Amino acid sequence: MPFSIDEIYETARMILFEKLDIRTTTLGINIKDCVSSNFGTFQKNIYRKIVKMGKSLVENAKQMEIKYGIPIVNKRISITPITLVMEIHSKPDKFIKMAQTIDSAAKEAGIDFVGGFGALVQKGMTKTEKLLIDCLPDVLASTERVCSFLNAGTTSSGMNLDAINLTGKMLLETANKTSKGMGCCKFVVFVNAPEDNPFMAGAFHGPGEPEFSLNIGISGPGVVRSVVEKNRDCDLTELSEIIKKTVFKITRAGQLIGKELAKRIKVPFGIVDISLASTIAPGDSVAKIIEAFGIEKIGAPGSTLAIALLVDAVKKGGAMASSNVGGLSGTFIPVSEDAGMADAVRKKALNLEKLEALTAVCSVGLDMIAIPGNTPAETISAIIADELAIGIINNKTTAVRIIPVPGKKAGETVNFGGLFGKMPVMAVSKFSSKSFMKRGGRLPSPVTSLRN
Amino acid sequence: MKKEILFITVIGKDRKGIVANISNCLYKMNINIEDITQKIVRNYFVMAMLVDIKDANCSIEKISEQLQKIGKEMELIIQVQHENIFKMMHRI
Repeated sequence: MPFSIDEIYETARMILFEKLDIRTTTLGINIKDCVSSNFGTFQKNIYRKIVKMGKSLVENAKQMEIKYGIPIVNKRISITPITLVMEIHSKPDKFIKMAQTIDSAAKEAGIDFVGGFGALVQKGMTKTEKLLIDCLPDVLASTERVCSFLNAGTTSSGMNLDAINLTGKMLLETANKTSKGMGCCKFVVFVNAPEDNPFMAGAFHGPGEPEFSLNIGISGPGVVRSVVEKNRDCDLTELSEIIKKTVFKITRAGQLIGKELAKRIKVPFGIVDISLASTIAPGDSVAKIIEAFGIEKIGAPGSTLAIALLVDAVKKGGAMASSNVGGLSGTFIPVSEDAGMADAVRKKALNLEKLEALTAVCSVGLDMIAIPGNTPAETISAIIADELAIGIINNKTTAVRIIPVPGKKAGETVNFGGLFGKMPVMAVSKFSSKSFMKRGGRLPSPVTSLRN
Repeated sequence: MKKEILFITVIGKDRKGIVANISNCLYKMNINIEDITQKIVRNYFVMAMLVDIKDANCSIEKISEQLQKIGKEMELIIQVQHENIFKMMHRI
C-alpha cells in the first residue's frame, strides 16, 4: 500500500466529517471582446459567452467531484468590470437590461453567482461609473445572481471618499428595495481588490487577467478546528506548526482539482485562494477555531492575537503547498454566515468596534454584518471608510459587506435564510460623522516607508 | 496500458460480507483489487482498497454509483477517490 491507512482515513475524515470542500470554482471571463455599438448584439455576445463557458464549468466540475470524492460547492463566473465595457451604452435602462441578461445567462448555465457588475474607482469616477452606482439598487433588486463591487481605493492611489459617500446612500436604497435588505448581500466595497479573487460577492475578472482564468477557493475551517481541538495544550509556535501542516494538505487538494479542471475546460489555471471560509454548518466556523485556541468567545481579549496567528499559519502552509496562491488568501470572519460569530454577537462578546480590530490582521474586512435600518447614510459610509483606511495604510485588501435591515433595531434577529445565515442586528455608534464625511475628496496615498 | 488507481475507503461498523460484497461488485465491473488494508480507527472500522480500473468496463461515475449502493444497503460510508488526491495531500 503506497499510503498508510491513517493517511487514507485522514483524507476521508476531512471530507466526510469535517466539511472539507472546494468552496468555489470561479471562471474568470474577459467580456471586452463582446462589445458592439448595437446593444442587442452586445447583450447576445455576453449571454452566449457566459452560457457556453458556464455549462462547461458546471459539467466538468461535477466529473471532478466524482473522481476525487470531494464536493465542489459553488460554480461561479466572474467577468470584466462591467463599466469598462458599458461606456458607449451609458444609460440607466441599459445597465438594468445588461444585468438581467447576465442573470438569465447564469440561470441557463446553472451558475449560482456572476461577479463583476462593478467598477474600479480608486482614484475617481467616470460618468458611467457614477451612473452604475446610481443604478445599483435597481440592478440588485431586479436580479438574483448578479453580484457587484467597487474598488474605492488602493495603497498607491489613495481612497476615493466621494465614491464611498455614494455607496452609503446606494446601500440604504438597495436595502429598501429588497426583502430584509438582502440586495446588499450581493455588493462588496473594497480597497486593494485582487483581480483574481474567486469568492463572491466581490469576484471580478481584472483588466490584467487573460482571456479566461480558473480560480479556486478551498475551505476547511472544520478541518483546522478539529486539529486545534486535538492539541489543547501546545504553545503558540507548535500550534502554528500544526495549522501549517493541515493547511498544506487542503491547499494541495485544491490545487490538484483546480489544475485538472482548468485543463479539462481548456483555460489557464489562475490561483488557489487559501482563505478559510465559514459556513453556517455546525463546526464549520472560524470563530470556533479561535474558541478551540482557548478563548471563551471570539471578541474577548486575545482574539486579535489568535486571528493573527491563525492567518499567518494559513498563509505559510498554503504558500508552501502551491505556487499559485492568490486572491484574498486570508481568513473570512463573516458574522451571519458563521454561526460562531453570530453567537458571539448575541452573547455580547463581539461588537462592531472589536470586529474592525480583528480585520486589521485578517482579510477580508467587515463581512455580512446587519445594522439597524435607520442608520444614516453618512454613518454607513463612515463605517466603510474606517475599514477601508485599515487596508490603505497597511497595504492589504479590506472590504465591507454591510446590510442596513429595514425596520430592524440593534439586538433584533434577522434571518437571511440559506447560506447567508442569521444574526442579531449590530449596534452602531449614535454619534455623527456627517460634517467630516461631507468633505469628500480623496485620501492621499500613504507613504510606504516610516512604517511604525 | 498504464494502471489507473482508485482508493476505496469503507468506514462503518464491522460486519460479515463487506469485502465479499464489494469484491463481487468490482469483479462484475472487471476491476482488479491490488491491495487491501483495514484497521479500527477511533471506534470506526476503516478499510482501504487499492484497485486498478484500467480494464474496467464502466466509468468512474458508474463505479462510484455502484459502490454507494452497497454502502447504503450495508449502512457503510464508502468513498471512491483517484490516487492523485492522496499523492498531493500526503507526499511532497
